[in-house]
Amino acid sequence: MQPSDHSPAASLPGSAVFPHRHLTGIAGLKPHEITFLLDEAEQWVAANRGSKKNDKRLRGLTQINAFFENSTRTLLSFEIAGKRLRADVVNMHAATSSVKKGETLIDTAMTLNAMRADVIVIRHGSSGAVRLIADKVDCPVLNAGDGSHEHPTQALLDALTIRRRRGTIHNQRVVICGDVLHSRVARSNILALTSLSADVRVCAPSTLMPAGIERMGVTPFTDFDTALEGADVVMMLRLQNERMAGGFVPSNREFHLRYGLTLKRLAKAQPGALVMHPGPMNRGVEIDSAVADHVDQSAITEQVEMGVAVRMACLDVLTRRSRGVKGWA
Amino acid sequence: MTIALLNAQLVCPTGGASSGGVLIDGHSIAAVGTFAVPDDAHVIDCHGKILAPAIVDLGVFTIDVPACHAGGIVRVGLMPDQTPVLDDPGIVQRAALIGRPGLWIHPIAAATRGLAGKDLAEMAINRDAGAVAVGTGERWIADSGVMRKVLAYAGDLGLTLIAEAQDGGVLGNAVATAGETATRMGLPAAPSLAEPLAIARDLMLAEDTGAKIHFRTVTTAAGFDLVRAAKRRGVRVTCGITPAHLLLSDIAMSDFRTFTHLSPPLRDESDRQACLAALADGTIDILCSGHDPRGPEEKRLPFADSAHGMAGAETLLALALGMVRDERITLQRLIAMLSAGPAAILGLETGTLTVGAPADLMLFDEGAPWLIDADKMVALAGNTPFDGLPVQGKVLRLWKGGAALR
Repeated sequence: MQPSDHSPAASLPGSAVFPHRHLTGIAGLKPHEITFLLDEAEQWVAANRGSKKNDKRLRGLTQINAFFENSTRTLLSFEIAGKRLRADVVNMHAATSSVKKGETLIDTAMTLNAMRADVIVIRHGSSGAVRLIADKVDCPVLNAGDGSHEHPTQALLDALTIRRRRGTIHNQRVVICGDVLHSRVARSNILALTSLSADVRVCAPSTLMPAGIERMGVTPFTDFDTALEGADVVMMLRLQNERMAGGFVPSNREFHLRYGLTLKRLAKAQPGALVMHPGPMNRGVEIDSAVADHVDQSAITEQVEMGVAVRMACLDVLTRRSRGVKGWA
Repeated sequence: MTIALLNAQLVCPTGGASSGGVLIDGHSIAAVGTFAVPDDAHVIDCHGKILAPAIVDLGVFTIDVPACHAGGIVRVGLMPDQTPVLDDPGIVQRAALIGRPGLWIHPIAAATRGLAGKDLAEMAINRDAGAVAVGTGERWIADSGVMRKVLAYAGDLGLTLIAEAQDGGVLGNAVATAGETATRMGLPAAPSLAEPLAIARDLMLAEDTGAKIHFRTVTTAAGFDLVRAAKRRGVRVTCGITPAHLLLSDIAMSDFRTFTHLSPPLRDESDRQACLAALADGTIDILCSGHDPRGPEEKRLPFADSAHGMAGAETLLALALGMVRDERITLQRLIAMLSAGPAAILGLETGTLTVGAPADLMLFDEGAPWLIDADKMVALAGNTPFDGLPVQGKVLRLWKGGAALR
């Protein structure tokens, strides 16, 4: 499928297309830079669907996935992306590392740097932590999620999914619903989608709605049914278990009553509206199985597929300078 | 020893501005203005620079003599949040003596044992050990019943309660003020409402008990409205602010720089404008540094994991002088906010250029330019949110009780 969003990126030479050393967030990326990464990912979608999935462009490079916060899906996705490009992928789990012994984040960063990583993928529980590390190391750093701040590759894979399924992002009405307050996925998606001129709505109970969110160019709603009117895309967020037991919402079932995406609710959106979820899902809480498994409208597994392609594109693009790719060195 | 400081521009909170000199005899001021210079006096020509009472800094967290002296500070009100907490006469007395003779430390004793907000601390015993006020520290006394007893009891002793104006429940684990900046950064944030909520309750309790209360920092429009109205009603309330809250809004936090991680957190621009208005109309009584030097171990961390606080002692005067140049307040008012104002709250007999007062004096050049450089600060740590800012105003000479410190 050809991307329909016009991209000036194709006309720019080499590194001028994407002048950033790291990918710490969507904030700071220009619309054409986002589009460039999406365009780059398209080739990997095609390649991943073929029988021969290997490309050798990252051969000999060391990719360290430093995850200071537990993750299965994102870590696996980055690992597969690196391996499909033939990078030597090493995973560092903070749960079993010296971080628990009191080593500071900076010391850990310096250690990883001394091991001569060629690209570092970081997830951390504190907002801004990835940028802190990026300032201290010599190689490109990819943010795989920092606190409630950003999760840029998730936003890219979501944008790619929407673009492929809807043909464009421009003017698409996207409803992002759930724990917006604590969600880095919501923040990165808001930045990416508004940058590509989507019509973004966020929906959450007031206890989970961040102050001043409208200043990010979105329309806030507390009533899900109203928010869904005319929606082209419904993006549900995961609600952390520990936030459901009275802290921010009274209970699972009450959350489901107000914000659970049921078939009946989905009917309020545009016919054929796309259903998305970054996973892992709480089936029966924020999303019903009938919706999550909807053959035509659910794009949830496709999001996972796009995730690998987008991460391959990011790893490729960010290492082009060190690999001396023509026009990037 | 007699010292004659001649040819100065005198600025006194009570006496106003004039040209002349100050005669120091021993520890005290012996004459002000024009006087006959005794034959044995050591004469210092001030070359027309400004001679004013030295600064009394109410509410520092760390004893940092070099930083204080660089900033023209000779007395500090020490916050009770020390290790161990200032809630015992032995600890209070040690703190009171540790900085002498160059820096007089006036301990603010904990109002409740261990600052836990439950049981009254021994206020009278700690007063006799050297405490000049009692305080909640950086904590919030959640139990209104306890807070009422604290104010009533402190009122009996004539001690001012130095209170922190942040409702702990609303504040939670916040490190930022709720709003666009905190939302974009994804930081734990609390609405600025946390401040006026606390102020409203504490003002009602102070009014009811007749006690004196001082809010260390007030930083919100709603907070100032409450203080303003209470002052009109005759409530014995005063409040302070740091230059950071006057000069910076929360946008300064945008690059996750932990030197801007302060308590209370930086507010949005509308609240900052309210701070400037409260400065101009006299609602704010004093300026303080909130001096809290924190090294890289506590600051070179992700924002929410870092310690709050700033090194403010040596930049206090220079940043405050900017308010005078911007014509928000007069120089005389500024000097009052830095000396006589805090001295009165703490019940100290200093802060004026009057005969018989302690010779706590500073001579400064209000126009001398310099650059705030975190790496070159004399403080225990250089965690200033003003790193790289060009400022004007340098302390040339400093005396505590007639002894030259600078």
